[in-house]
Amino acid sequence: MIAELGHYALVLAFMVALVQSTVPLIGAHRGDAVMMDLARPAALAMFLLVGTAFAALTYAYVVSDFSVINVAENSHTDKPMLYKVSGVWGNHEGSLLLWITILVTYALAVALFGRNLPPTLRARTLAVQAMITAGFLLFILFTSNPFLRLDPAPMDGRGLNPLLQDPGLAFHPPMLYLGYVGFSMAFSFAVAALIEGKVDAAWARWVRPWTLLAWMFLTLGIALGSWWAYYELGWGGWWYWDPVENASFMPWLAGTALLHSAIVVEKRDALKSWTILLAILTFGLSLLGTFLVRSGIITSVHAFASDPTRGLFVLLLLGVSVGGSLMLYAVRAPSLKGGGLFAPVSREGSLLLNNLLMATATATVLLGTLYPVFADALKLGKVTVGPPFFNAVFVPLMVPLILTMAIGPMLSWKRGDVKGALARLWLAAALAVGVFVVTWLLAGGGLDDVMAAVGLGLAVWLLVGVAVELADRVKLFRAPLGESLRRAGTLPRAAFGMTLAHAGVALVVAGVTVSSYWKEERVQVMVPGQTVTVSGWDFTFQGAREVQGPNYDAVEGSFVLSRDGEQIAVLTPEKRQYTSPPMPTTEAAIHTTGWADLYAVVGDAAQGQPGYVTRLYFEPLVPFLWYGALLMALGGIVSLTDRRHRVGAPTRKKAAAGPAAKPAGA
Amino acid sequence: MTRKKRRLYFVGAGMLALFAGAALVLTAFQDNLVFFYSPSDLQAKQVSADQRFRLGGMVEEGTVEKQGDTVRFKVTDYAASTPVTFTGILPDLFREGQGVVAEGKIGSDGVFVASEVLAKHDENYMPPEVADALARQDPAWKEKLGRSVEGVEPAKATN
Repeated sequence: MIAELGHYALVLAFMVALVQSTVPLIGAHRGDAVMMDLARPAALAMFLLVGTAFAALTYAYVVSDFSVINVAENSHTDKPMLYKVSGVWGNHEGSLLLWITILVTYALAVALFGRNLPPTLRARTLAVQAMITAGFLLFILFTSNPFLRLDPAPMDGRGLNPLLQDPGLAFHPPMLYLGYVGFSMAFSFAVAALIEGKVDAAWARWVRPWTLLAWMFLTLGIALGSWWAYYELGWGGWWYWDPVENASFMPWLAGTALLHSAIVVEKRDALKSWTILLAILTFGLSLLGTFLVRSGIITSVHAFASDPTRGLFVLLLLGVSVGGSLMLYAVRAPSLKGGGLFAPVSREGSLLLNNLLMATATATVLLGTLYPVFADALKLGKVTVGPPFFNAVFVPLMVPLILTMAIGPMLSWKRGDVKGALARLWLAAALAVGVFVVTWLLAGGGLDDVMAAVGLGLAVWLLVGVAVELADRVKLFRAPLGESLRRAGTLPRAAFGMTLAHAGVALVVAGVTVSSYWKEERVQVMVPGQTVTVSGWDFTFQGAREVQGPNYDAVEGSFVLSRDGEQIAVLTPEKRQYTSPPMPTTEAAIHTTGWADLYAVVGDAAQGQPGYVTRLYFEPLVPFLWYGALLMALGGIVSLTDRRHRVGAPTRKKAAAGPAAKPAGA
Repeated sequence: MTRKKRRLYFVGAGMLALFAGAALVLTAFQDNLVFFYSPSDLQAKQVSADQRFRLGGMVEEGTVEKQGDTVRFKVTDYAASTPVTFTGILPDLFREGQGVVAEGKIGSDGVFVASEVLAKHDENYMPPEVADALARQDPAWKEKLGRSVEGVEPAKATN
C-alpha cells in the first residue's frame, strides 16, 4: 500500500510539473499575476508529492518490504540501519528519486525565499525548473520505477553491494547530487533570463549564491568519493581519471568558471552572454555525467551493471534540454548588450583568463573521456584514454591558472597594475622559488623531478599569495594591530571566503604533487614476525585471524607500525567475504600522522608457501587533499553568509527586508 | 580601449587557449592512447613488445595458478586464449569464468605481463569491450557465461 502511494504521488507530481512548466510561462508572457503566482503553490505541491514518494521508498527499505523489487534486490534484513537507509540511493532507481527530490527542494527554496525576485523572472525560473523535473519524472515512471512489486515476495533480499556499505559512500551520492542538481538553478535562471532578454547585475546576484551552494556540495561530494575510493578499494590511489570520476569533475570545472564569471557580471555588468552560456553548459555537463554513469557506455573501474535503454533516455533529456537552451541562446544572446569596458590587465581580465583556462581544461577532459566512444563509433579501434593523457593535458593548463590566482585578486577592476601586484607578491615569489630549488635538489635534480618542484613551488606561491592579499587588505603589520582587526571586521565575508577557498586549492596542489612523486608501494608475501620498511616506517606483520562481522566473515591481518624502534600504531586491515550478496571486499587500514598516511592491505594466503600477500604504502600529504577540499567548502560557506549574497538567497523575512531595499548595482 | 579592440583581445586570448588545448591534446594522444585487444586480435596481428595495451576476455576455468604473490592465468574469448602473469593483489572480484580487463605489455614468449588488473565494483558488470569481443567470436557467449557462472556457484557456497 505504501509503495503504491509513492508511485501514485510520482504520477501526480508529473501532472503538477506539467502545469508548473506551462502556466507560469504563459502568465509571465501576458503579465498575468495570478498565472505567474501559480508557480509557487505548484512548487510546494511538487515538493510534498515527491517527498512523499521518497519517504515511501525509504519506509519500504527501513521495514525491509521485499515485495518491492527494488528493496528485494538491494537490501537485506541483516544490514545495519544506516545502510538500509543509504540503500535507498545505492541503486539506479532510488538514486534517480533522490535526484528529483533534490531538484524539487531547490525549486521550493526559490518559491519560498525568492520573494524579492521580479515576479516574471521567478515564474519563468520555476517553470524551467519544472520542465527538468517533468523530464526526469517521465524517466523514472517509464524506465526506472522503484515501486514495482514482486510476487511472491522473497524471504530475504539480495543485499546491497558491500562496497557501498560504507559511511563515506552513504553520503557521497546525496552530496554529489546536491551539487549536480544545484547547477540546475543556474541553468533555470539562465534560461529564464534568456526568455526575458535581460541579464543585469541583479540577476547575477540572485544566481551566485545558488551556484556557490551547488559548487560547495559538489566539492564535498567529489572529495568524499575520492576518499572512499582511496580507503575502500585498497589500491592506495585517490584519483584515476576514470570516466565516472571525470563525469563529476567536468561540472565542477565548469561550475568553478561560472562562479568566477558571475562575479564579473555582478560587479562590472560584463561577460553576460558568456556567463549564460557557462550556466547552460555546467548543467549540461551534470546531465552528461548522469548519462555516462547510468548508461555504462564507457568502461570504468567504478562502473556498475547498467541498462542501455536508460542511457538512451538520459541522452534524449540531455539533447532536448541542452539543445533547446542553446538554440534559445543563439537567438537571444546577441541582444544582450555588454556593459563595463576593461583592459586585458585588470581584475576582470584575470577572471576571464581563469574562465578560459577552466573552459579549456573542461574541454580537454571531455574530449579524453568521450574519445573512446567516438573512436569506437568511427571504427578506429577500441581504445582507452588513461591517467597519462589527462596528466599530460591537465597539468600544463593548471600551471598558468595557479600563477594568476595569486595575482588576480590584487589587480583593481577596469585597469590593473601587474608590476604593482608583483611587487606586493615579492615574499610569495621568493618563497616559491626557494621551495622550487630546494625540492628540485632534494628530488635529485633530474628532468623528471622538475614537475614535483614546480607543483610545490606553485602551492607555496598561491598559499603565501592569498595570505599576503588578505594581510594587505587589513594592513597587517603596517598599521597598529587594533586597526588591522577593525579592518578585518569590516571586510566582506566573501573576501575571507575567497582566501579560504584559494588556500584550499594550494593545499590540494601540494597534496597532489607530493603524493604523486613520493608515494612508496611494497607488495610481497609476509610471514608472521617479518618486518618490511617503507620510507622509514617499519611494518611488522603479526599474522592473521578470522573475525566475524554482522553480515560478513573476514580475515584480519595485524601489523605493528613503528618508526625508529618506537611503536606508533597497530594496523588491522581486513579481507571480508560478505554473505549477501556473496562478494569479497578489501578493507585497508590507515594510520594518519596528519602529514602522511601509512596504509596497509592484507590479501589472500599465499599459495605454495606460508604467509599472506600484503601491500604496504607510504602516502605523503594525502591528508592535505581532504584538508584542501574542506577549506574550499568552508570558503563557500563563509562566502554564502556574506550579507551581500543574501539578496535572493535563502533568507528570513526580517533579514531580507533591509538588503532587498538596496538599489540594484550597489 | 574601445569595445572593438577589447573584443579583439578576447578573441585572440580565446584562440590562444584553444590552440594550446588542441596542441596539448594531440601530443598527449600520440603517446597515451591505450588500445584494447582480445586474445583473437592478438593471434591475428603482431603487437610490438613495447606497446602498452589492454587485454580483455574471460578468465579461463582451471587456469588460475598462484605462486607467492604472482598469479598466472589465461584470458579467453572462446576462440583463442592468452597466458597472463601478474604480480600483486588481484581485485576482489577476480574469479575464474568471469570477465577481466588487464593492462600491460606482451613479452616475446607470448605471455602478457599485466601491470594492472582492473577492479570491478559489481559482479554483474561486464566491461563493454569484453562483451563486444565475446560477441564477435561467439554470439552465444551469454549462454556459455550463464553456465560457467552457475558452475562456480556451488564451489563458492561451500567456502
